[in-house]
Amino acid sequence: MDYITEFIAMMISASTAILLAALGEIYAERSGVLNLGVEGMMAVGATIAFYATLSTGNIIIGLLSASISGMLLSLIHGFISITIRSNQVISGLALSMMGLGISSLIGRNLIGTPLRNSLGIIEVALLSDIPVIGAFFRQNALTFFSYILTAILWYILFKTKIGIAIRMVGDNPKSADSLGINVYTVRYRCTLLGGALAGLAGAYLSVAYTPTWIEGMTAGQGWIALALTVFSAWNPLYALIGSYLFGGIRILQFRLQPLGLSPPLLSTLPYLFTIISLALLNIEKIRWRIGAPQHLGKPYHREEA
Amino acid sequence: MMEELVRMVRITKRFSNVVANDSIDFTLYRGEVHGLLGENGAGKSTLMNILYGLYKPDDGEIYVEGRRVYINSPKDAIRLGIGRVPQLPELVESLTVAENLTVLLPGLHASSGLDYILEVARRYGISLDFDAIVYHLSFGEKHKIELIKGIVRGSKILILDEPTTMLSPWEVNSLFDCISKMRDEGRGIVFVSHRIPEVLRIADRITVLRRGRCVASVTRNEVDEHELVRLMIGTDIDRHTVRDRVELGEEVLRVEDLHVLDDMGGEAVRGVNFYVRRGEIFGIAGVAGNGQRELVEAITGLRDVSRGRILIKGEELSSPRRFRLYGSHIPDERIGLGLLPSFTVLDNIALTFYKNFSNNGFIKFNELKLHTERLVETYDVVTPSLGTLAGKLSGGNIARLILARELSSDKDLIVAVHPTFGLDIASTNKVRKLLLELRRKSAVLLVSEDLEEILQLSDRIAVMYGGRFVDIVEADEADPEKIGLMMSGVMGS
Repeated sequence: MDYITEFIAMMISASTAILLAALGEIYAERSGVLNLGVEGMMAVGATIAFYATLSTGNIIIGLLSASISGMLLSLIHGFISITIRSNQVISGLALSMMGLGISSLIGRNLIGTPLRNSLGIIEVALLSDIPVIGAFFRQNALTFFSYILTAILWYILFKTKIGIAIRMVGDNPKSADSLGINVYTVRYRCTLLGGALAGLAGAYLSVAYTPTWIEGMTAGQGWIALALTVFSAWNPLYALIGSYLFGGIRILQFRLQPLGLSPPLLSTLPYLFTIISLALLNIEKIRWRIGAPQHLGKPYHREEA
Repeated sequence: MMEELVRMVRITKRFSNVVANDSIDFTLYRGEVHGLLGENGAGKSTLMNILYGLYKPDDGEIYVEGRRVYINSPKDAIRLGIGRVPQLPELVESLTVAENLTVLLPGLHASSGLDYILEVARRYGISLDFDAIVYHLSFGEKHKIELIKGIVRGSKILILDEPTTMLSPWEVNSLFDCISKMRDEGRGIVFVSHRIPEVLRIADRITVLRRGRCVASVTRNEVDEHELVRLMIGTDIDRHTVRDRVELGEEVLRVEDLHVLDDMGGEAVRGVNFYVRRGEIFGIAGVAGNGQRELVEAITGLRDVSRGRILIKGEELSSPRRFRLYGSHIPDERIGLGLLPSFTVLDNIALTFYKNFSNNGFIKFNELKLHTERLVETYDVVTPSLGTLAGKLSGGNIARLILARELSSDKDLIVAVHPTFGLDIASTNKVRKLLLELRRKSAVLLVSEDLEEILQLSDRIAVMYGGRFVDIVEADEADPEKIGLMMSGVMGS
């Protein structure tokens, strides 16, 4: 394997977690629910996946329980922001902190325990031998799943009525409501999907990327996923590209260190890109073209104007 | 025997302490256009929002085709064949026209059902660009999309809420053709409006609401215009105000070759020239969206001028502060631009008067309070107290509060935009008299879509269309029909 192909392979595997989390958050935010709890849901997902896999010896059960734990946490956020119509920013931040706390609590005894079975690398015959492109076909199962999921979620969001309904709910809930779309149901479903994918993203870290558990192993990737959601302009395809960019930067931090480039400086790049994309989004023309959800973070109540 | 489609019995709806609907009965038959008439705040929209499942009634029963129904959401209403065209378009601006429409229909793929939509549009003579993004469309076009939405969902019953509010006379005609066609197909149509002539033109039966109660339910032939006015407002009020001659003074506002951009960077005002003198009302007539908003924002200093000049008392305008020195502004956007809903009545008055009532930076509250009490009384603002939040007042009182603040400060220039929009007839007359009175000492720029208002008040009238003045005419020589045609872009000068 040549140097470039190897670099790309590493970049892709370093990106899968933020891609999965961002895909979920894109759906939540497209429906109008801002969930800042991604970091917390990922942390719990990582811990639960590790714990479940360790005790059952079955990775599938590990992944599923991580998704379910993410969903349960997002359900709390959904209840607070959709049903009670409270402040989404505060609820999301609380969820992040709570998630990190829960994960440390459960994971205390897991530190240093090796995981006997983890997701191994699958090499697709022939395809994986192609230079450069081959890097995409020499990954673990969850990364393959993330490619397919990106395509499916993109298609649903932009080519089906389910997608139109989700975008309507996030853009103009009143309009969606008067069309007979149940705003609350759509928002709950999208929030739960976001939670499930954040949990799965955490699981990727603990059972696939580095099959071990250490405290704080999400290391801010949940926040990068949130940045990626905005950076990708709420589009799953751009999220895929953006995740490779952000993942590439992470890998470069280690590669460029010998050359005298400061890793902390490089790790600011995802946020710098996000600030630039936010600045661009504020140009109204671009905002409309992209379809940034106009009612992001705003609760909906029918009898209020 | 006419077949009954909808029967609403003793519908009551309260919002906190206001009774919006007080035991209202309403019946709609198949194949009729039913005019639901009433002033703003009479309870028309509330009643129709209940029928459409947007509001839950506190009391009362609804029957559709003889069956007792419980409509808990628009979804339930649509299932019963009820469609609604809202007063202001409720579309998702970032989606295409097609996406906004197909989501109504079965099928998973985004474009399934588009053929059906196209067929409906053709049948009713509605032409639209289905690939356009809604944001780029004019108000009239958006209204057409809402109309198609209503037709598609309202297989039996269609509610049209103030459908002509922002349409040009031209567009109103094609809307009425469309309504007639639907009536002939056997639908029941509720035409909600406060415009008596339009209701008389299209309705078969008319129900009149006043202050949340049903005061009459009659057939078209039983009533005339005067009778309806009397039912609607309770008494006969002469809508005519006599305009006397006022001596013209010096020029207060001069606008030279003004060009202004809209939010999207397009040119909204394209070279406008005019002046307003002390002692006259200069009226700008036109359908909304033809550059009036941008023109007013430029004159009040809220929007940058891209080319040309604005002079107030000979001095070039540079900021809202500069404008405020000589001018008063009665904006159409009353909450937000006009007043702060989370501030009290007293604080809202203080916004412009605090300098007159301050002592080395400390506000003299007792004097300010007295002043505010006087204003509230003079302008008939109904408020529980001066400490009430402005946002809690009713629409009419919010309007009067702004008028109280803006018109009592004796400025050289008064810019009034739709000053009577949403007011009842008595308050409307009061505002109009006030403006006529004010022109004795000030120059008044009046922007309104209400042609009657423009004709009644203005000394000179400009018609704005597509960012330009089509013509400026003396009020005495103005021909309403000609102005109407110019407003709709059918006729140049």
